[in-house]
Amino acid sequence: MIELKDVTKKYGELTAVNNVSLQVAAGEIFAFLGPNGAGKTTTIKMLTTLTRPTAGEITIHNINVVSDPAGVRRTFGIVFQDPSLDNELTAYENMHFHAALYGLSRAQYAERIKLLLELVALTDRQHHFVKTFSGGMKRRLEIARGLLHQPKVLFLDEPTLGLDPQTRQHIWNYVRNLNKTEGVTVFFTTHHMEEVERAAGRLAIIDHGRIVARGTPAEIMQNAKATTLEDAFIALTGHTMREETSDFGKNQMRTTLKMFK
Amino acid sequence: MRTVYILWLRQLKRFIRKKANIVGALGQPALFLFALGFGLSPIFARAGGGNYIQFLAPGVIAMTVLFTAVFTGLEVIWDKQFGFLKETLVAPVPRYQILLGKTLGGATVAVIQGILVFFITLLTGFRPESWLLMPIALVFLILIACLFSALGTAIAARLEDMQSFPLIMNFVIQPLFFLSGALFPLHQLPQALELITKINPLSYGVESLRWALTGQSYISPVVCLVVLTIVTGALVVIGSDQFSRVEV
Repeated sequence: MIELKDVTKKYGELTAVNNVSLQVAAGEIFAFLGPNGAGKTTTIKMLTTLTRPTAGEITIHNINVVSDPAGVRRTFGIVFQDPSLDNELTAYENMHFHAALYGLSRAQYAERIKLLLELVALTDRQHHFVKTFSGGMKRRLEIARGLLHQPKVLFLDEPTLGLDPQTRQHIWNYVRNLNKTEGVTVFFTTHHMEEVERAAGRLAIIDHGRIVARGTPAEIMQNAKATTLEDAFIALTGHTMREETSDFGKNQMRTTLKMFK
Repeated sequence: MRTVYILWLRQLKRFIRKKANIVGALGQPALFLFALGFGLSPIFARAGGGNYIQFLAPGVIAMTVLFTAVFTGLEVIWDKQFGFLKETLVAPVPRYQILLGKTLGGATVAVIQGILVFFITLLTGFRPESWLLMPIALVFLILIACLFSALGTAIAARLEDMQSFPLIMNFVIQPLFFLSGALFPLHQLPQALELITKINPLSYGVESLRWALTGQSYISPVVCLVVLTIVTGALVVIGSDQFSRVEV
């Protein structure tokens, strides 16, 4: 179970996440939606112990992310929005690195790496350097890696970004199957509304750091008086296009702030 | 232990695969040996300093270890920018083990590079005083490598991107090298310079190596050993603390 209580994250003057409370039940597939820069990635970073909340409390399976980060880290797997592979290593080496960090025995990881690389159709490329991979192949490898240690909770931050429909469908089928057979809780963000309609039981929409709607896709559409989820999303978050704030921009901003402190 | 090992292995693999870098990193020490070594040799001898190549070679080996170790430590910034650091930071392992693995990986790479430069010094006519002291020279080499690899990693933990790189290069690494006694003897120096060389940990690295390789030094090898060990330990502790606070 994932629980956020009155969670706020500030970067200097900027409030990225503002007093957010959420509950995701174990075994649920939960979609976390919002325009660019709304606070989705910051929320996931707090959930995955990469950054600490300024205020509020977050627990995953009743483990507090601030007081016991190591305990929380054991429970989840994550596919980041930005690439996080070592380009100078091969696909297999990236998987092996992950297996070692998560303390898997050779018997455990040998079998699972084989299985997962087959799933993402990278078996014949496993001994090639990641730097020779296309964007889609890197994405697939990251998904395989996130599943390697059989996490109870899976965070997917725009996992299907830049993938073709075939791969997207393939990956979602696997994630849904994993959810059904092993009860893995899935918490994901996306801009593809049809993925939400197909996979998610419930969702929340965040905008300017605040939750503006939550419920099942049907409830959200009903409340927004829209016929599609996309229309409901736009009705709730407006037509204005958002400025893309990538990690890099934020980091630079933080550096600059530090320099003036 | 497995965490430390896998991080160490990763550094080593990356190093071995960049063959151009290995050769490239030999350029500067070779230049120092040929240009300074042969260029200043007559004047050094006339001033009563003896054979300058014999004096300079340990300094140049220490320089190589310094640069390689700090650079490898600074690779953490690349990991930050290219996202790979996130993968290690969400893993259920203590941060100090990540730091230890990276430090040892960087140190190993620096030691290998230092040994390669040792062979280049042989080509320029350098001869170690006693081959029996080689294992001791290696111990000092490893200590210097660990110290500066830990320093590089600790600095990298604080930095967000490579923009500060020239700053570190010009205000940390270069001064450490030039003010260490790698190029000139540490006696009868102007007071200010003497003070600076005394608080520079690389001075103790250079002197220890010089003692093991040529039998001569201005600082006793025991003092060097103590200073190098203490500073390395302190940097690992500081680096671990820095690393545990990293947010991406």
